Amino acid sequence: MASAHIAGVGMTEFGEFPERTGRDLFGEAGDTAIDDAGIDREEIDALYVGNFMGELSENQGHMGPLMAKAVGIDAPATRVESACASGGMAVRQAVKDVRNGEADVVLVGGVERMHNMGTTGATGGLSVAADDLWEIRQGITFPGAYALMAQRYFAVHGGDREDLAHVAVKNHANAANNPLAQYQTEISVEKVLDAPPVALPMGLFDSSPITDGAAATVLVSEEYAEEHGLETPVAITGTGQGTDNLALAERDSMVWTPATEDAGQEAYEDAGISKDDVDFLEVHDCFTIAEVLALEGLGFYDEGEAITAAREGETTADGDLPVNLSGGLKAKGHPVGATGVAQVTEITKLFRGDHVNSDAVEDASVALTHNAGGTVASAVVHVLEVAE
Amino acid sequence: MSDDEIQNDGYDQALEAIENGNPYALECPEGHQSMPPRRVCPECGASDLEEVEIPLSGELLSYNVTYVPTPDFKDDVPFVLGIAQFDNVRLTGRVKADAEDVEVGSAVEVGLGESETTERPLVTFDLA
Ligand SMILES: [Zn+2]
Repeated sequence: MASAHIAGVGMTEFGEFPERTGRDLFGEAGDTAIDDAGIDREEIDALYVGNFMGELSENQGHMGPLMAKAVGIDAPATRVESACASGGMAVRQAVKDVRNGEADVVLVGGVERMHNMGTTGATGGLSVAADDLWEIRQGITFPGAYALMAQRYFAVHGGDREDLAHVAVKNHANAANNPLAQYQTEISVEKVLDAPPVALPMGLFDSSPITDGAAATVLVSEEYAEEHGLETPVAITGTGQGTDNLALAERDSMVWTPATEDAGQEAYEDAGISKDDVDFLEVHDCFTIAEVLALEGLGFYDEGEAITAAREGETTADGDLPVNLSGGLKAKGHPVGATGVAQVTEITKLFRGDHVNSDAVEDASVALTHNAGGTVASAVVHVLEVAE
Repeated sequence: MSDDEIQNDGYDQALEAIENGNPYALECPEGHQSMPPRRVCPECGASDLEEVEIPLSGELLSYNVTYVPTPDFKDDVPFVLGIAQFDNVRLTGRVKADAEDVEVGSAVEVGLGESETTERPLVTFDLA
């Protein structure tokens, strides 16, 4: 099937900017992507914006038109919401538009403003991605939900907090020189284990931070790129999406994520690849245990085996399968609606050679993004390849 | 519970049944169980759902110790939250015990309590 070519990418610095509005963040990322693409903004046929909780954080719904004007366009504009997978789902809509001929040029981005809510407010805002009746009213939080998954994993498969700490140490090391990352600092296993508890067994350094930020990318059809002489060294060649029961308690297993498995299988088939072709990937590590479950669901490890991957050096920058070279959600930051788009912008830069960690993937040709919503009730996977 | 006290039809009655010691789930002809409110079975789509009793006693499948809460539980922390299995249905609830006394596999009994912050009802698990 036709692929959607990446003409340009943009991303704000991720971090703590409580005074910056969503429209300002999105405007910066979108404008950067348009500049990077070298296209005339009037050429944009459609805009998709991933955002999760604008209503709660800045009393702002209906972000399509707002963000269109934030980047100075009047193309048909739509917001996409799928909790922390909002950005990846927005990318999926854009890929479909380009592939089916509905559009030649699509701007897709994501944005989230979180720090102005405070820690408790943001915890409450994020919790609405769970089931109101049978989870939120019982006191669930997202750190709490992933803590339930981690505790169950330890009981069923073994492993411990120290294994998970190596995931955080790896992702901080990857972000250490990334100028857009929220945490450009290396940490130790001891620091992870001694950090204040959030919802045990998840501590502060098992958790992705509260983050303000935005990311955007311009997708074009192959024909459009050729006609206009655009440089598009990277293309999205496969897309997949999975859905599961919203409440964790309604799943057959608390330690297996069928939505990730389904999204991965669909994306591999769509791109005509197998997981063995994948050179590196960005996965949804909102909590350390989430990276483990993602690597198993995507087929890179058997169930119960991925917990030692970081500790053994298999997924570090110099390992066989580098995971989250951007720093991941854990250290790059997790402005939830922007995350799925930021995974695409970071992989594009890693391939193009203008990312600080590009040296780690010099000979690479196939990469994946994995973006999840809630406790993986939603998952979306994209295959990115170096264009011929 | 009178009709004018119902805020979330289906859910409120299910909590009242837990409080009265006769909790129930909804069951389809295939035997899939789920918690209300449901128009159809979430597994197979069957619409003829029946209320069936579920046991008061269950097994704790996992738990956490929550320190950073949502605003509705700011005065409750720290607390232990768990997921427990009652035959073919699972519930999320507050484990009424100190963390050091709780383990995966603990036997629990379901009941009804309330948030210390909002006094809103919630599912509770007592160690059996
Ligand atoms: Zn059924």
